[in-house]
Amino acid sequence: MIYRMGAALMSLVGLFVSTYLYLYKIGRIGTLACGTGGCETVQTSEWSRFGGLEVALIGVVGYAALLVVALVALQPTARRWPANLLTALAAGGVLFSAYLTYLELFVIHAICRWCVGSALIILSILILALLARRDVAESRAS
Amino acid sequence: MAAAPVGMKRFYAILGAVAVIGIGLLGYQLSKPATVSIPANVTVQPSDTAGFHGYVKGSESAPVEITEYADYQCPFCQTFATLQMPTIDERLIKTGRLRWRYRDFPLQQHQFSRIAAHSAACADEQGKFWPQHEHIYEGQSEWAAARDAAGIFRRYAGEVGLDLAKYDACMSAGKYAGRIQASYDEGMRAGVSSTPTLLVGGRLYQGRFDSDAITRLVDSLAPRTSAK
Repeated sequence: MIYRMGAALMSLVGLFVSTYLYLYKIGRIGTLACGTGGCETVQTSEWSRFGGLEVALIGVVGYAALLVVALVALQPTARRWPANLLTALAAGGVLFSAYLTYLELFVIHAICRWCVGSALIILSILILALLARRDVAESRAS
Repeated sequence: MAAAPVGMKRFYAILGAVAVIGIGLLGYQLSKPATVSIPANVTVQPSDTAGFHGYVKGSESAPVEITEYADYQCPFCQTFATLQMPTIDERLIKTGRLRWRYRDFPLQQHQFSRIAAHSAACADEQGKFWPQHEHIYEGQSEWAAARDAAGIFRRYAGEVGLDLAKYDACMSAGKYAGRIQASYDEGMRAGVSSTPTLLVGGRLYQGRFDSDAITRLVDSLAPRTSAK
């Protein structure tokens, strides 16, 4: 239970981080609080869009979905599928973040701290989701 | 069994607290004024002015050149740009009789003048100075009273077809702050003290002008060939 709670909390934090980046991207926030200035470089690069969508918007939708699924998985009557879906979504998010981090390091040559933060958040959600699944499996076995 | 609901209540309380903090922080970011500021009195570097002497329209072989020193937030400059310039454009510039040079002279009392000038400079980088310039003057009443004009200029940039990622990078970097300051310094050296001021053949003309006065001025400096 505690792991799914953690996953829900981290999803909410990720939702705020991606919303912040998206508000910057659409011009509602003038400058990003970013020590190095790499955030601007990354956010204004051609890689800040993926499949015709703003990467930050994909983050907003992704974290919102993770939050909803994590909350569903927390319900006492929940079946196994929300926990599985949470793991699958988080795994997809980790792969996507790994791709974005690769772009930052080797293509754009600039690091956006908020993006690194988001990558760590999604990684923690995946770890929590995996631990939650193990918990469920153990409790059913006992 | 009783422990679970208590645990859930505590969890929902923490989740709610995180939500309130997050919304509060985002709200604070959204309410912060002046998202972009273009500094005044920056040290002008030689690279700021290299090869740049204002925004020019009209034929290189036009017999008369007028340099206008103007401020985007000045009401007279706005009236001149929106009411008189279209006629001057049609009657004198497009006919090859006059070349127009626009120079920034942002007055200190105008909060958004430099941001406006910088927005137009960033549009120039993408070959769209004049459309953005005209849009900024046309919208003066909208942005002059706004809390944050930078967002409105950004919208104009999108409307005139600029690549917004490049525009944002240009604005955030304050790339042309030095060029704007250089233009202001040059105006000061030429004796400009108010806007709009026209510089024609080394003489300054200050005050209000209309297209007829400009036509008479051009006529006096370069009589029409058909009149000969």
